[in-house]
Parts: sequence; structure tokens; C-alpha cells
Amino acid sequence: MTVKKEKLVLVGNGMAGVNAVEHLLKLAPDKYEVTIFGSEPHPNYNRILLSYVLSGDSKVEDIVIHPYEWYATNNITLYTNQTVTSIDTVTQTVTSDKGLTVSYDKLILATGSNPFMIPLPGADKEGVMAYRTIRDCEIMIESAKKYKKAIVIGGGLLGLEAARGFLNLGMKVDVVHIVDTIMERQLDRTASKMLQAALEEQGIHFLLEKQSAEIIGDKRVTGLKFKDGTVAEADLIVMAVGIRPNVALAKEAGVECNPGIIVNDYLQTNVPNVFAVGECAMHRGIAYGLVAPLYEQGAVLAKHLAGVETGPYEGSILYTKLKVSGVDVFSGGQFVDAEGTKAIRIHDEFTGVYKKVVIKENKIIGAVLFGDTADGTRLMQMIREETDISGMSKTSILTDSGGGSGGAASGVADMKNDAIICGCNGVTKGTICSAIRDQGLTTVDEVKNCTTASRSCGGCKPLVSDLLAFTLGDSYDKNAAKETICGCTTHTRDEVVAAIRDKGLSNVREVMNVMAWKNEEGCSKCRPALNYYLGMISPETYKDDSTSRFVNERMHANIQKDGTYSVVPRIYGGVTNPTELKRIAEVAEQFNVPTVKFTGGQRLDLLGVKKEDLTAMWEALDMPSGYAYGKALRTVKTCVGETFCRFGTGDSMAVGIELEKRFERLNTPAKVKLAVSGCPRNCAESGIKDLGVVSVDGGWELYAGGNGGVKVRVGDLLATVKTEQEIIEYTEAYLQYYRETGKYGERTSEWVHRVGIEHVREVVMNEEERKQLCERMDKALSVTQDPWKQAIDSKKIQRDLYEVVEIK
Amino acid sequence: MKTQAEQVVWVQAVSYEDLAFNTGKTIRYQDEEVALFKLRSGKLQAIQNRCPHKEGVLAEGIVCDDHVFCPMHDRKIHLPSGLVQAPDTGCVKTYHTRVDDEGTIYIGFPTSEEMAC
Ligand SMILES: Cc1cc2nc3c(=O)[nH]c(=O)nc-3n(C[C@H](O)[C@H](O)[C@H](O)COP(=O)(O)OP(=O)(O)OC[C@H]3O[C@@H](n4cnc5c(N)ncnc54)[C@H](O)[C@@H]3O)c2cc1C
Ligand code: SF4
Ligand code: SF4
Ligand code: FES
Repeated sequence: MTVKKEKLVLVGNGMAGVNAVEHLLKLAPDKYEVTIFGSEPHPNYNRILLSYVLSGDSKVEDIVIHPYEWYATNNITLYTNQTVTSIDTVTQTVTSDKGLTVSYDKLILATGSNPFMIPLPGADKEGVMAYRTIRDCEIMIESAKKYKKAIVIGGGLLGLEAARGFLNLGMKVDVVHIVDTIMERQLDRTASKMLQAALEEQGIHFLLEKQSAEIIGDKRVTGLKFKDGTVAEADLIVMAVGIRPNVALAKEAGVECNPGIIVNDYLQTNVPNVFAVGECAMHRGIAYGLVAPLYEQGAVLAKHLAGVETGPYEGSILYTKLKVSGVDVFSGGQFVDAEGTKAIRIHDEFTGVYKKVVIKENKIIGAVLFGDTADGTRLMQMIREETDISGMSKTSILTDSGGGSGGAASGVADMKNDAIICGCNGVTKGTICSAIRDQGLTTVDEVKNCTTASRSCGGCKPLVSDLLAFTLGDSYDKNAAKETICGCTTHTRDEVVAAIRDKGLSNVREVMNVMAWKNEEGCSKCRPALNYYLGMISPETYKDDSTSRFVNERMHANIQKDGTYSVVPRIYGGVTNPTELKRIAEVAEQFNVPTVKFTGGQRLDLLGVKKEDLTAMWEALDMPSGYAYGKALRTVKTCVGETFCRFGTGDSMAVGIELEKRFERLNTPAKVKLAVSGCPRNCAESGIKDLGVVSVDGGWELYAGGNGGVKVRVGDLLATVKTEQEIIEYTEAYLQYYRETGKYGERTSEWVHRVGIEHVREVVMNEEERKQLCERMDKALSVTQDPWKQAIDSKKIQRDLYEVVEIK
Repeated sequence: MKTQAEQVVWVQAVSYEDLAFNTGKTIRYQDEEVALFKLRSGKLQAIQNRCPHKEGVLAEGIVCDDHVFCPMHDRKIHLPSGLVQAPDTGCVKTYHTRVDDEGTIYIGFPTSEEMAC
């Protein structure tokens, strides 16, 4: 059979164009012979995720959407690093800068946009740049190694993400913005100010209401001068002030542009057989700069080109989410108050949550969420579907993230199959639903793993959950499904723990058998969890399963990214002596340890040790393991306290040492850090520890559930006690209660948040309960042994875990 | 896909008895580093010791049935085929193994470059 294929040429190897082609190949795999031109030297990648590359959370190779093999498998001819420079719409050919001419039957222009560079005097100096491509990103990362101070001009989404990236790269950064509120096009004043405060807290410095006048410096930029005469220093300036549709090529060829390439509802331009999609296109007067609408356009274009019946593209409602860790911001639709609109607002200044929903004629038309964005996708859905809310209670619109009011689940029911659920990865409702049906998926995590939906920014998780409910019907229990330990089981943590207790289950495999695990040996999520629960329930009889432990806990050393390990001996309360220090130094020399570092918990970290050297090194150190790797007690940080400090009223060092000696080696659901401060000045930072102790007038205050990590949380006052003995007793009860009720992997900060501090307080204050908890803690601690010592004493452990076999 | 190497040198590694179940053993031979596993079923599997994602050390991963989870970012790798499981992609080299009468494990290293993945 020799049906001649039509020739399809795509100019622009970016997100919109390639997505359209991908759709097209699914609909009509044999209809076209596809050729793609791209100016950049990369296969198609996810531009959205550049911010994660910049912030160090991803590598370039992680953000590739279609690797070269994809093009090959689909018989697509790809020319990267090659720019199309002219189109002849009469002969229907395109020509590239390398002199290649290719003819087309259908041509798609998806040339994206160009970053707008403000034509300031000095803008041509070295160190002035845009933020758009992998190349830009690489330049920024490179520069950060040499230079210290960056300025980002533009306080919009892109500028803020760039600024955050610079912080991660170790640079100081100012964000310059022309008006007095940042992200003003997405946020109202309240949310904007909250965002600014949150980002300032992270270390970004803002220069608002500043108009840039001139970039100063000789060859390379040294600063930015403003119209008001002031100057800010900089050795790198990034302009993130907007984009312009990239239409030079189209214009040249006589395709109508104003300012973007004008397209109709089927993405056709005024020239026959020439289409445009993406940021370069202008549809009904709007050029979109976000991926979700571009994918919606692509879906219509693909159907049109495939000859499949399709409705017109009628425009999109925009929503945005800032991808900066630690701040959750969402905005969508028309969120500013206007005539004829009413708003529902929730503003909780204690927890830093702000929510606003704008309503017009009983329909939601826009929303701004700050601090808690879980409702975002659902609200967007209601905006798109123009849900009539007259029957709903006004506050439940905001707080009900579940199905309630017939809202969410029925919302997804009405969505079309090709509606994009996950904008980051372009996954449609249809794809998700068929994956759920065909592959028997039951949890959001499984959907994520199978379809990549919600894998990038996670904003669509609630919708995925709704789709599960919608597809599986009653058999999907949202809450239970969320709670299962992992995809291997339908059971929750509580059910598993109850079964272990009630049925007296005694090892990991037995639990899996009895509870009908789907995978015979489980996975890397449930195995460590079960091992923990079993040990927590029967500390005296359970034999720890080292094959169910993560590498660090199995090896009792932290694996580093190059495969070497780090060794951290225990230094009780951060207090040491010259003999100990000398020994550590000698061992470091003896084993050629390349780096010795003080850790955040006041100990010495010997980094870069080979696995085969570990046991010998521990023997030479002759110190206990510092458990710097475990879901266990890590350190007890102390200040110098009354012994040396002029403010101190409590002996923080002694208390810290005693606590560390008491709880070292204790297994806990997640890592646990303690601190003791000698007075309310709190130099040991006790407020952000799992348990913090602070000496106060006439006693000690205990703070619970603090955390200084990814999500900073200040601890809640758990109790005020008089004596040092009581500190130990309350800590025992508190930690044991956490051990017994915490989920594996759940930090005390999350746990306290979940169960409520009042509840924890009640339990710990109750004398009878406290006594029992302390007894059980005693049992748990009575059987622990130092793992380094065990390894030194056991040839079998050395052989099984640390040996490396070198042949020849 | 893996193409079977024509020529293999069999090198003596460790004794079957001395290998712990579900715990990877690092084997170095010339420029190659292999993770050798004895699965719960008793079967042996040997794969290249570096994860295709960011070179996580696979010998140190948690083994479940015939998969190993990379200790770095949890990619799941099928031991018999070396294939990284969806939604991630990629693969690692696999090596043949055999055990002699004495219970010594041998690993087959291809002499040609054919054993691509
Ligand atoms: C750092 C950053 C973060 C972002 N974050 C988000 C976000 O969180 N959410 C969101 O929705 N959007 C985000 N965006 C915007 C989003 O990435 C764009 O809307 C989207 O990539 C546009 O797709 P496109 O295909 O139209 O253009 P592009 O992806 O830019 O693709 C156009 C391609 O065409 C090439 N090209 C141009 N002219 C020619 C020619 N003549 N010949 C050959 N090739 C040519 C270009 O080199 C380019 O690779 C972000 C953008 C950036 C830069
Ligand atoms: S917390 Fe108080 S006692 Fe401790 S070092 Fe600071 S000021 Fe001194
Ligand atoms: S040590 Fe902690 S903070 Fe530092 S890079 Fe590693 S995870 Fe991040
Ligand atoms: S290195 Fe293996 S998963 Fe990242």
C-alpha cells in the first residue's frame, strides 16, 4: 500500500508545538511525515521546570519531555540548533539558516516568544540577560560561582522564581519592581503583601516603586541606577519584565500579525495551510503565556489536522501557581473586585492563610489563594464550568476541598475527555481515566506514577483525586485511599498497626501475607514502615530487618551523592574535649577524609569515606554512632548556659547531655532533633526542634513539634516543669506517644499539627498515661545497642554490608 | 533491548553461601562495577552498579521481589532486564551469573561492546 503521506513541518521545538504533534501522532499516526525545526540545541523540554533546574531541585536531563529516541521512534525528522529563516508560502517551503529547504503541505508555526529587554542605557553590558532557555539557566548557574549579587528586574512570576533560584545558588538578590506590589497581575494587594513578606523571610530583598534608569559598569555590569538617583549594586542583572510573541519569521512571510500571529478558532492563520500555536499566536485578541491554554490550543489543532471532528478553541481561563518552595500562591480567573462582583474572604493572620473567591451572578469568576492552595484546582474547575453556587453555603465553597455540595466530583464528570488536568505535564482527563480503568489504579500516587499527572508542581492532585472518585465510584474512599501506606496495600497505617498488635504479627513478610499485599515483597515505601511499626510494637522481641531499611540506616552512615559515606560520631550535647577532638582528627588523617565539617547539630562530619573503610574507621574512632542518618534521635543542641553565659539560668549543657544519653539510638517515625537553651534568649534555637527545652524563671519550658526544615514550624508549648528529672519524664512520654501514633516518615511538626497540641498535652499531663508511656519507652531503650560496635564485632555484618569484592 | 554478548569472560566473584539475601554486593572488575543480588527466591541477579538517573549506587538499594529501588531518588529497576520502570525511563546493563559445584558465583563480563541496553 502506498498512500502518500502529507508533509507536516513544525517550526519551533517548544512546548506548544511538540505537544500538538504528539496529539496528532496519537490520532493519525500515518497521515503525516513530520519534520521539526528548533533553534535550541536540545530535544523538547519542559520550560516550566527550568525554575527547578535553577533552584537546584532538578537537572537539565530531568526536564526533557521527549528525548531524541521519541523523535526516532515516531519517525520525526528533527533539526535542532537550526533556525528557520524564511517561508515561501507560494511554493510551500521553509528554509533554515543552515541553508536547508524543506517543503510542506501543512506548516505549524510555534516559535514561542522572546523575552522583552528594556532598552536601558548599558543593557548591552556583560552580565545582563533574560531568563527563558536552558542556556540562560546554565549561564545563571555558572555566574553564581563567580559573582555574589544579582538583581532581577520584574516582580512577576518569572522574576520571583529567578530570584529564588539565585538564593539557592548562594547569591544575594534584589527584586526591582515598578509598582509597590509584586505579582500585581495575579494577586490582590493583601495576597501580594503576604507573598512579599514570605519571600523577604526567605532572603529576597525588594526594591519596589523603582524605575530603572541605567545599567552601570565598564565591560561588565556593576550596578543598576534608578530614576530617583539611587544605585543598587549588581554583577548580574536578569530582566524578567514580559515577553513578546516571536513573529519576525511569520511577518516576513506575509502572515498577518498583531502583535502575535492572528489565528482563528482552529488555529489557522490568514495564509492557507499555515497554522500557529503557542505563545506566538494571538487568538481573539489574547496571546497566552502559560502552558495550559497552549495545550488546549494544541489539542484542537491536532484534531483539526488529523481530520477528526472537533469543537473550536474558544479561549482559556488562566490560572497560575508560583513554584517557590515554602510559599503557596494560586490565582485564577478574574480575581479583582469590580462592579457587580462580591467576594468571600478568609484571612487568618495566625497561620498566614488568605483566600478570596470572587463571585458574579452566582458564579465564581476568580480566586486568589495564599498559604493554602489546596482548593485551587477545584475552584478553577467551578470557574470553567460556571457552576451555579446559589445553593451552596458561602463558606463551604472555600473550605470544602472534598466532594461535598455535589461540587468537585460532579465537576470532573462534566469535563471533556481532552480537558487538561495536569497543566505541567499536559495530561488529559481521558488519559487519566483510562489509566485508572485499564491498570486498576486506586490512589493518586499510582496515577502519578503511571501518567505523570501531578508529578511536577502537584497543583492538580485534588482533581486527580476527584477523577479517581468519579471513575471508581463508591469503591474509592478518598480519605482511606490517601492514607494507605503505599500502592502495595489498601490498608492504612492504623489498620496495619492494629493488625500487628491484634494478630501478633512478627515480621515484615508475615504482615504482607496476612494483609494481602499486592506485591509479595512490597516496595521501598512499605518495607521500612512495617519494619518500624513491628519494632515499635515489640521492641524486646522483634528482630530488625536490615533489608527493609534505607541504605543509611542499614549501613549506619550517610550515603553521599557520589556513593561515598559520611561518618558522624556522637558528641553528647555538642560538648567534647581535646582527647576526643584529637582522636577524630587523627582518624580523619589516617583514612584521608577529604572534608571535615561541623554539622548543623554541633558535631563533626567526616565526609567522603569509602564503604569498605567504614568499619575500620569506626574501630579507630572508638566513639558511638551519632545516628546522623537515622529516623532516630539525631542531636541535642545546647547553648553554653549558666556555666558560662552571663544570662543563663539553667544548666543547658548538662541537661542536653543527659537527654542525648537517654534517647540515643531510639527509633522514631522520622528524625528527631532536640535542643536545650539556658534562658529565654534561646541561643540553641529550641523553638524549631522536635522537642525544645528552655530554662525560664523557676523551671523549664518544653516546646513540641517545631521544625527548621523545609516547612518551618515553631513549636507549641507542651508543658512547663520544675525539675530536670521532669524534663526527662515528659520527654519520654512525649516521644513515646509520637512513636506509637506517628506515621512512618511523619515529623513531629506534622504529627502535632495532625493530632493537635491540646491532645498531646492532655496525654502527657495525665499522670497515669505518662507513667505507662515512660515504661514502654524504658523497654524500647533497654534493648538498643550501638550499631558501629556491632559491626566492628561481627565478621558477618562486615562481609554482608561493607565488603567490596575487587577482582584482579 | 539487550543483545546477548557473544563472548563473555566468567570471573569468580564470591561464594553463594556468603552472599546475604536481598542485600547487594559490590563487585569491581576492571572498569566495571557490578551490584550482585541474591533474591529471596535464591536466584542471582547482577546489574551495573550505577543508576541511569544520577548514578545512585544500586547495590545499596532496597530489593523487593525482582526489583531494586535506587537509594538516591527511588527509581525502580527490574533486575532481570535492567529496565527502569515507568514512569521513569532508562536502563542499566545486566550481567549473566552462574554458580559452580563448589557454590562459587561467577559473573559474566562481555568482552565486546555489544552488551548495550
Ligand atoms: C522560567 C520559566 C518558568 C515558567 N513557568 C511557567 C509555569 O509555571 N506555568 C506555565 O503555565 N508556564 C510557565 N512558563 C511559560 C511557558 O514555559 C511557556 O508558555 C511555554 O513554554 C510556551 O510554549 P511555546 O511552544 O509557545 O514556546 P516555547 O516553549 O518557547 O518554544 C518555542 C521554540 O521555538 C524555537 N524557535 C523560535 N523561532 C524559531 C525558528 N525560526 N526556527 C526554529 N525554532 C524556532 C525557540 O527556540 C523555542 O525553543 C514559564 C516560562 C519560563 C521561561
Ligand atoms: S540561651 Fe540564654 S543561657 Fe543560653 S547562651 Fe543564650 S543567652 Fe546564654
Ligand atoms: S544537607 Fe540538607 S539542606 Fe543541605 S543540601 Fe542536603 S538536604 Fe539540602
Ligand atoms: S540516581 Fe537513581 S533514582 Fe536518582
